[in-house]
Amino acid sequence: MKITICIGSSCHLKGSRQVVEKLQELIAQHDLQEKVELSGTFCMENCQKGVCAMLDGRVFSLTPEQTELFFKEEILPKA
Amino acid sequence: MRKFDTKVQYLKYQVLREVARMAWNDTLLDAAVDIPKMIVPGKRPTMRCCVYKERAILAERVKIAMGGDKSNPNVIEVIDIACDECPMGGYEVSNSCRGCLAHRCEDACRKGAITFDHNHAAHIDKSKCVECGACAKVCPYSAIVNHKRPCENSCKVKAISMNEDACASVDNGKCVSCGACVYQCPFGAITDKSFILSVIDLIKKSDGNKNYKVYAVVAPSISSQFEYAKLGQVISAIKELGFFTVVEAALGADMVAYSEAAELVEKKTLTSSCCPAFVDYIKKQFPDLEKYVSHNLSPMATIAKYIKETTPGAKIVFIGPCTAKKMEFQKPEIRPYIDCVITFEELQALFDSRDMDIKTLPEDVLDNASYYGRIFARSGGLSDAVAQALKEQGLEDFDLQAVSCDGIEECRKALLRLKAGAAEGSFIEGMACLGGCIGGAGCLTHGEKNKAEVDKYGWEAYEKTISDAISVFKLK
Repeated sequence: MKITICIGSSCHLKGSRQVVEKLQELIAQHDLQEKVELSGTFCMENCQKGVCAMLDGRVFSLTPEQTELFFKEEILPKA
Repeated sequence: MRKFDTKVQYLKYQVLREVARMAWNDTLLDAAVDIPKMIVPGKRPTMRCCVYKERAILAERVKIAMGGDKSNPNVIEVIDIACDECPMGGYEVSNSCRGCLAHRCEDACRKGAITFDHNHAAHIDKSKCVECGACAKVCPYSAIVNHKRPCENSCKVKAISMNEDACASVDNGKCVSCGACVYQCPFGAITDKSFILSVIDLIKKSDGNKNYKVYAVVAPSISSQFEYAKLGQVISAIKELGFFTVVEAALGADMVAYSEAAELVEKKTLTSSCCPAFVDYIKKQFPDLEKYVSHNLSPMATIAKYIKETTPGAKIVFIGPCTAKKMEFQKPEIRPYIDCVITFEELQALFDSRDMDIKTLPEDVLDNASYYGRIFARSGGLSDAVAQALKEQGLEDFDLQAVSCDGIEECRKALLRLKAGAAEGSFIEGMACLGGCIGGAGCLTHGEKNKAEVDKYGWEAYEKTISDAISVFKLK
């Protein structure tokens, strides 16, 4: 499973690094390093809805605070 | 609205703008020959002896704006008919000499080259003179002047000489493509080839970034340019041109500082690899010191490599102050990462070729790098960043002896010292342009406040440490 996080300027200012760090921490906690791949891209053309994340072709709008919920609802069940 | 330092830059810009305008409209092939007359209409000359010569020179400028002489590998090119064949006699006594009694010039001359005529006026015997300039320094009337061509004077690697027609000629074996002569020639006879047509082609063929994405990687010195608008508006304008998005080269610089610090600890002695003119200078003039050149890619290539790895098919255009980058991206080891390089001068021409009013555009954001990556744009910034990177990696015990070389002459001195045997911990930050990248030949302006502008832009960065800024590199 591959999750792409937008690391463009706009999302960066809205906390994409914190989102990435949170995801890395959760992935490590649940021992999912082999199954979940994190990647980055500069701009996903949805700057207003940042921090943008893409999973299976679907775009999610995240904040650092919502990241844990996103992980539990979208990643954990499928991993 | 003052955009450029000199009228030479303005002229070059007008040509680039018209070439670009026609390229967007697909009329360049038919209409390029009309450009000289568009810029110099009428019958009265405004710059040279006659309008025909003005137009002939402009026709050469059009060729250079379209890529220039393909048989010459150097991006720095002389327009021979534009060279004014300036006097080149070296030190000469002008008619300001009053035939004084003191004769300080005579005392200052260690070669006995100064004689006096029956009016007591000084003369320099050229068979004895060594062009040291001591006489000129002591003359109370400043009557002794140095007739040295501005191009030769600006070229600190001594790559410019005069050919048999008294026209300037560039020795590609010595030239590092820094562009100092381009900025200094008062007649605009030496200029840098432009690749704007490749950029326009890349943008057009992307079909609104549908076929592939075109990224603009901008140098941090952009913060001191385009002073008539806000940086955010310039970012909007770059996207309006058709770029998918804009990324800071300074993020590549953060990465370079981080790995260069580790490389320095391992090798003990290192010379920086950010400035392509400095690296070329070492290769051409100090080949035995090449082993000290950092193995890191330049910040431009580092960030471009990352973008290409994470976004397959992406095309990358570097926009900066530098003419030497136009050489760097053509190297086989850099070519896979960078598709084209243009300067801020050329960016301005691209904006105006689309008649954009930048001041009315909304402000976009540009924030990828840390303070340290951003201050690479000015002399001393790289050394500060390496010191910080040592600290962040717990290597602060390393005895860093950083030497920031501001301009090619200081680079030369530091390299000579290194050749003679340097102290451990030597880090030589080499910047070919005075002031660092903000002094680059492709800048629109070279102002006093530029360094302060870069520092201010640095402080505004969201990320405060190099490690935080480069954490994104872990994502693949």
